[in-house]
Amino acid sequence: MTIDWFFILEKIVLISGVLAVSLLVAMYSTWGERKVASIIQDRIGPNRAGFMGLLQPLADGGKLFFKEEIIPGNSNRFLFILGPSLAMIVACMTSAVIPWGDTLTIAGHTVSLQIADINIGILYIFGVVSLGVYGIMLGGWASNNKYSLLASVRAASQIISYELAMGLSLIALLMMTGTLSIKEIVEQQRHGGWNILYQPLGFLIFLVCSFAECNRTPFDLAEAESELNGGYHLEYSSMKLGFYLFAEYINMFISSALMSSLYFGGYSFPFMDSLGLSPNLVTILGTAALFIKIICFLFFFMWVRWTIPRFRYDQLMRLGWNIMIPLALANMLITGAIVLYRSTH
Amino acid sequence: MQALTSRARQVDRKPMTFIEKIYLWNIIKGMVITFKHIWKRKETVRYPEQKRAFSPVFRGLHILNRDAEGRENCTACGLCAVACPAEAITMEAAERKPGEEHLYREEKYAARYEINMLRCIFCGFCEEACPKDAIYLTETFAPANYKREGFIYGKPDLLIPAPGEKKQA
Repeated sequence: MTIDWFFILEKIVLISGVLAVSLLVAMYSTWGERKVASIIQDRIGPNRAGFMGLLQPLADGGKLFFKEEIIPGNSNRFLFILGPSLAMIVACMTSAVIPWGDTLTIAGHTVSLQIADINIGILYIFGVVSLGVYGIMLGGWASNNKYSLLASVRAASQIISYELAMGLSLIALLMMTGTLSIKEIVEQQRHGGWNILYQPLGFLIFLVCSFAECNRTPFDLAEAESELNGGYHLEYSSMKLGFYLFAEYINMFISSALMSSLYFGGYSFPFMDSLGLSPNLVTILGTAALFIKIICFLFFFMWVRWTIPRFRYDQLMRLGWNIMIPLALANMLITGAIVLYRSTH
Repeated sequence: MQALTSRARQVDRKPMTFIEKIYLWNIIKGMVITFKHIWKRKETVRYPEQKRAFSPVFRGLHILNRDAEGRENCTACGLCAVACPAEAITMEAAERKPGEEHLYREEKYAARYEINMLRCIFCGFCEEACPKDAIYLTETFAPANYKREGFIYGKPDLLIPAPGEKKQA
């Protein structure tokens, strides 16, 4: 058996590229968050480090690296370190199945801009994302601190509750598209219309649930400063804290990418096949379109964060179980009925 | 029941309406408001480059005044130190020697005059108490320092430069 060296090289380059890009985007999301916050609050935000404060993330990262590393005396050392590492690894893993673009043709080889086009892409993402809660759980529990424990219990129950509604809203989408591969879903939207047109309610539920999954405001109960002194990463310092914060931004980036791919056509953009451009150029433009969509979603995440206050915990649970899940079920039933009607007529 | 003040408002405890219960409409309204703030004027003053305008009665760091011929006004009467509620002012008086008439306006002057800027509350009572127009509060505000000693301002820090003399930094 011969080993396809070009294939291995291609994948290695792609993996490093995607990893680098997601880290870069996460880095500049912290800058973007501060800028959006300041603009909404009539301030100007970071402007000292570099032009418009663009070097601020580097300064923040440098600061975190040089901070003293403290491991609490009665904590479980192994799990304490495992927590942030797991959060980070899981956040980075999800990017593997997202189609960042169509295919490029380089020197006779066709290169797909997706690391792994597996036919259970969405299931893979759900599996990996549910692992993410272990990072928070382990970190909070290993800290041997009541506040951290309380926060991680909150995070776990919140993520489990909202994952249900998220899954149900996705089932409606899957019934419509008939595939679990994200690449195929994007391709269908390229030729048909964007899924948001057919699944507005499903998208709304998915959006709200992804806010809850990312632990973002208004569902950031796990890091409620006013009640929990900072939440599950209370005892963390130095780069381990940095990993937790960073993982949150990577999660935001990935869920923005996922929402763009599932509901907003991913790397496809209107009239992309009728422009008559070379396929490579169309692919590059498509990737750019995907990134524009992602940036819009990231802005949306931040915009919401600086607008609405946090839910109370019982409100959060009531919203999840009494409103989101019935809505998602209704959406699923309606979609199912329409799909059935269409297949028989 | 009669309200205790005219500003008292009854807390609205009506159950939420359907629009309020689905949160979404109110969230959208709030987000429109925050979005409008993108175009609002930014309140930030970029401090070292820009400084905000002070009112004419702003009370900042003190200066010790000189008269028109460049002689020190202060006669070390101690009224400012008496008036000071924070007890930030200390001084030592000395007698003017013959030949020093161009330096000090009257026969007595302050050999040492210190204001502890960490104690000072910038109330301006010293300025009001001074019978000789010697001490004034300016519009500069206290600069930072690495040491506590640096906040005890002596005569070299407080005196305004004499005519024809450059003030040292």
